[in-house]
Amino acid sequence: MNAIRRALDSDLGHSFRHSPVTIVAAFFVVVLFAGAIFAPLIAPYSPFDPATLNLMNGFTPPMEPNAFTGETFWLGTDDQGRDVFSAILYGMRISLFVGFAAVLLALILGVVAGLVAGYVGGWFDTVIMRVADVQLTFPSILVAMLIFGIAKGLTPPDMRDQMAIWVLIVSIGLSDWVQFARVVRGATLVERGKEYVQAARLIGRSPGAIMFRHVLPNVMSPVLVIATIGLALAIIAEATLSFLGVGAPPTQPSLGTLIRIGQGYLFSGEWWILFFPAMTLLVLALSVNLLGDWLREALNPRLR
Amino acid sequence: MLAFVIRRVFQSVIVLLVVGLVAFSLFRFVGDPVENMLGQERTQADIDRLRAQLGLDQPFPVQYWRFLQNAADGNFGMSYRQGRPVTDLLIERAPATLELAFVSGLFALAGGIVLGIYTAIRKRGWLANFIMTASLIGVSLPTFLIGILLIWIFAVELGWLPSFGRGETVRIGWWTTGFLTESGLKALILPSITLGLYQMTLIMRLVRSEMLEVLRQDYIRFARARGLSERAVNFGHALKNTLVPVITVTGLQLGSIIAFAIITETVFQWPGVGLLFINAVQFVDIPVMAAYLMLISVMFVGINLIVDLLYVAIDPRLRADRAAAAK
Repeated sequence: MNAIRRALDSDLGHSFRHSPVTIVAAFFVVVLFAGAIFAPLIAPYSPFDPATLNLMNGFTPPMEPNAFTGETFWLGTDDQGRDVFSAILYGMRISLFVGFAAVLLALILGVVAGLVAGYVGGWFDTVIMRVADVQLTFPSILVAMLIFGIAKGLTPPDMRDQMAIWVLIVSIGLSDWVQFARVVRGATLVERGKEYVQAARLIGRSPGAIMFRHVLPNVMSPVLVIATIGLALAIIAEATLSFLGVGAPPTQPSLGTLIRIGQGYLFSGEWWILFFPAMTLLVLALSVNLLGDWLREALNPRLR
Repeated sequence: MLAFVIRRVFQSVIVLLVVGLVAFSLFRFVGDPVENMLGQERTQADIDRLRAQLGLDQPFPVQYWRFLQNAADGNFGMSYRQGRPVTDLLIERAPATLELAFVSGLFALAGGIVLGIYTAIRKRGWLANFIMTASLIGVSLPTFLIGILLIWIFAVELGWLPSFGRGETVRIGWWTTGFLTESGLKALILPSITLGLYQMTLIMRLVRSEMLEVLRQDYIRFARARGLSERAVNFGHALKNTLVPVITVTGLQLGSIIAFAIITETVFQWPGVGLLFINAVQFVDIPVMAAYLMLISVMFVGINLIVDLLYVAIDPRLRADRAAAAK
């Protein structure tokens, strides 16, 4: 209890309590994350186990009993009789997993590249920043598509569906590292000249230890902000790629894949197959985005 | 000035060579072209002969050079999937994408400038506030959801506009246009809005902030003091000075419009280059992927180069800075 009170009294906690939008966003993030993490416990059906599916249940509208079996589903069912609510929970799991893993990959790559480029400098710095400049010229979604295509070409055809999720993570991660690298490099250049770094150098610590033990903790707060906003971007990028059919396969559908499936039934009036996954994606991306915006303002004293 | 131009052109050429290397490596290392061309009944002699015939036994730099020569001639080989020359496919699809990009760019520019001026002049009005809030939500919406939403409202519920394709097109030489038929024009509306909306909010925010900045300047106060009408101040004096950065950003966004057309074209099944590319990624059709990669990077690098050079040409202060930096 004491720890919670202390957290609420801190600067961050104070600005959190005074921003109703952020509280609502945080609420949605907690609920949706919990839904994704505990999907196997919450979901009333196991949507991708063929044994439990009943084709007779196909196209059941939300909250109405099915004409043949009499079963009722909160958010209806899709063409194969899968419960849309359960599919969303499992789909969110995949979307969030891909999002987090991709941001983690981008963060590790970007932070290491930025630290070394900023601290060591020299030709490594020149090369890394040149590559970053070139990559920034192209929109990251395009870079992700290209990496996805190349990686797909490199995996053997019979492995492609199983590998799709990992390929997706690598392509989104590789398309997003530049932001981290630039910010960390800039911050490292500032930190490098400070006295504590000189002191550490004087007592003979190795450059690696100075970079990761001493400089890294001091450049982490902008990294945290970029990571939060990056998570929202990664979730949207994943959904876009899956929607375009170059992401999560139908056997492991993410929110984007569910929207892709649902789009096909828009004209025949089965709106719920599309609507609920789309709303979930929207609320998820918007909430994470708002949290990121709040974090940016709260951690940056100049904006206050 | 000249030194800057030369350095900038040199950098662009390096970038293109690197992208070309990536595209070439796609051909060379992703899948074996010989494997793709010969059937089951092949002997080692067949393989060797084809290798020699295709020049695959040459050293890597020689092959790369020949690839660049071919690419400069516009020769990217045959599509694995459709069995036709990639260049033909691209030329056939290009008009659809270019017309879509043109209309949505126009929409973004016109809408962005008008809304930007309005929200700057009526800074405290409820409508201006509403537009600003709506634009925030609009930026967070993924492009494909905007497209689906528009289809749902205007094609499914209201039935006013078509939801896919280009409608009837008219052929003029090798160019096919949708501008000359009613169904072609109708088909352009929803995809253009989908594609242009994000750029429009971007331009709107830029015009608004530039306009607010300019309206604070002394010469505006002086124009008011001289008794000029509000309209003459806003449009004759203020607007003119906000347009330089707007033109720069619009130029840079042109490339993004073509890239994001991939998403819009998929939602609306618009038969353009983007749809061709995404199908190529789905089926690992490497020649098409490589050609698209080269095409889009030439465009991006070219646009960046032109904007950079124009910037220096237009703004004398930048010229002085560059000259000082070069010394």
